[in-house]
Amino acid sequence: MARMATRQRVVVSTIGAWFFGFLIFFPILWMVLASFKTELEAFAIPPSFLFFHWTTENYATVQERSDYLLHAMNSIIIAGGSTLIALLIAIPAAWSMAFSPTKRTKDILLWMLSTKMMPPVGVLVPIYLIYKSFGLLDSRIGLVFILCLGNLPIVIWMLFTYFKEIPRDILEAARMDGATIGRELIYVLTPMAIPGLASTMLLNLILAWNEAFWTLNLSTSNAAPLTTFIASYSSPEGLFWAKLSAASTLAIAPILVLGWFSQKQLVRGLTFGAVK
Amino acid sequence: MKHVLGAVCGASCLLLAVPAMAETTLTIATVNNGDMIRMQGLTGEFTKKNPDISVKWVTLEENVLRQRVTTDIATKGGQFDVLTIGTYEVPIWAKKGWLVPLANLGADYDVADLLPKIKDAVSVDGKLYAAPFYGESSMVMYRTDLFDKAGLKMPENPTWDFVIDAAKKLTDKSAGVYGICLRGKAGWGENMAFLSAMANSYGARWFDEKWQPQFNTPEWKATLTTYVDLMKQAGPPGASSNGFNENLALFNAGKCAMWIDATVAASFVTNPKDSKVADKVGFALAPNTGLGKNANWLWAWSLAIPAGSKKAEAAEKFIAWATSKDYTKVVAAKEGWANVPPGTRTSLYQNPEYLKVAPFAKLTLASIDAADPNKPTVKPVPYVGVQYAAIPEFQGIGTQVGQQFSAALAGSMTVDAALTAAQSSTEREMKRAGYIK
Repeated sequence: MARMATRQRVVVSTIGAWFFGFLIFFPILWMVLASFKTELEAFAIPPSFLFFHWTTENYATVQERSDYLLHAMNSIIIAGGSTLIALLIAIPAAWSMAFSPTKRTKDILLWMLSTKMMPPVGVLVPIYLIYKSFGLLDSRIGLVFILCLGNLPIVIWMLFTYFKEIPRDILEAARMDGATIGRELIYVLTPMAIPGLASTMLLNLILAWNEAFWTLNLSTSNAAPLTTFIASYSSPEGLFWAKLSAASTLAIAPILVLGWFSQKQLVRGLTFGAVK
Repeated sequence: MKHVLGAVCGASCLLLAVPAMAETTLTIATVNNGDMIRMQGLTGEFTKKNPDISVKWVTLEENVLRQRVTTDIATKGGQFDVLTIGTYEVPIWAKKGWLVPLANLGADYDVADLLPKIKDAVSVDGKLYAAPFYGESSMVMYRTDLFDKAGLKMPENPTWDFVIDAAKKLTDKSAGVYGICLRGKAGWGENMAFLSAMANSYGARWFDEKWQPQFNTPEWKATLTTYVDLMKQAGPPGASSNGFNENLALFNAGKCAMWIDATVAASFVTNPKDSKVADKVGFALAPNTGLGKNANWLWAWSLAIPAGSKKAEAAEKFIAWATSKDYTKVVAAKEGWANVPPGTRTSLYQNPEYLKVAPFAKLTLASIDAADPNKPTVKPVPYVGVQYAAIPEFQGIGTQVGQQFSAALAGSMTVDAALTAAQSSTEREMKRAGYIK
């Protein structure tokens, strides 16, 4: 009897999970479907779900009109570069705050988070002027720099909480077994920190990939990432949903694939804890 | 191996460095409209004639472009050499010294050939600050088959009474056909473009001569009441979220008997590739109430040079090419006369080949001629602009008022409440900006 109940519960929760999963995934599915419609069908009311005239002409138009590879390459460099640099700065910072906190650590952490509370548009003009003076407008380095700074507080916070979960007793035990600092780092700490690092990296990568304020405002053509590529397909006078959907599908494809392959790390990282 | 690698690296560095010399690269910011995309595709024709100039395109969504370009131009960032802007920005930016006057468009440019109303809209104190790329007004597009069936005949210069009456007669909700489709989506360039133009035909105005907002006048009340009642009885469901594109899709799918919107839509609704009703569309002037003003606006997407550009000379060459008579010939040769950018030159409307393929040409021209940005409505006004007031504050004010009016259309607010809210929010903004005390 008890077994039946469990089974029923499993079935119900599975169906529930699929339902909510589908609900959340639906907008993306709709976008992908729209990218295979003609402009008129994409706008049709009532909309057709699967039974429409499938076409790939939107992808052909998008390929012909813009340089997808250039934009994708810029996105990879900007998102990847800003994530790597943010991690390089954040790991030692979070490490020191987690393992040798001082009485100001909490304040510092809060101060860092407070920088995220200001809307970016408030500093657009000063940053634009600084970038202009340093010749950083429309450069990949400039975008890497600003995205790195923007995400740094979140990266430090995430890593800090992960590092804090590592019990110090484990380090002590390693030391008692005669491990040097180097060995302690490589054999004890790193394996325990990897899931946390991986999920921080992935989250930061996704945030940087999707960032659409600074990337749109500080880039023109050479450094323009995929956000600009998408923004170029919206039209004030003329139907554009199908082409926009095709551009968006192309833009999210790389990060979607990456997320797919690394979802195990992501979930593990988000629920990570040495003693859980 | 190492040596080979070194040599390859060195050679590629040299290769990268060489072609940058002696070439001017223009960065052109534009919006994703069909005519602009066509211009992008024809860039080769320009660079063939000007081998020392190369062109880079930045296409952005209209509002993103406006924000992006405003930041750059206000900080003299110099990221763009040619901008695509509307008639709203030209007078404001020209007065701030943000635009380079276009004085060297060349001997064969023929400025006199530009449509006078359009030329006025992009000039300040008689100087041209932008060159019109395509111009538009608004007009009635209607289904001739539905009108014939109902025994109605659309006059060339209809009154609002006729349009309202016809819209009610032609509505057949069970068949999914609505008498009239109008903009309802909130925004200064969305529903307010239409409603400001409609208000002009009812004798209303945004501000009186002392910049006092006028939403508490009977003219505005008549405008908004008529609009909301008409849309409730004869408009499509969910009209408060419909903009140009939504109505275009509805009209093309055969769901609207009438649609009042940009003249540029005429070439879309008569294109059999996109429209189910391509051969059944007629055109008429935007309606009036007999006060001497029709409910039509005036707009021109234009090309201008920002004051921060270091390549103004090459930029002006490009602008002269893209807005010239020859450009229309290039487009006609490659894509047919129906696809040339409309609404900028008198000569186009005298060209028999264009008139043959563009049944809407005559009314487009008549509509443009009927709009006057310097005298937009019946009573005198202190501002320039038909469906907007060319002051920097208008974007914010217009969108705020647009939200109130959209709410009135959706039924979440009464007409009176919307007008009161519009009046007080506009008054507040105008006080803050120092126009009134």
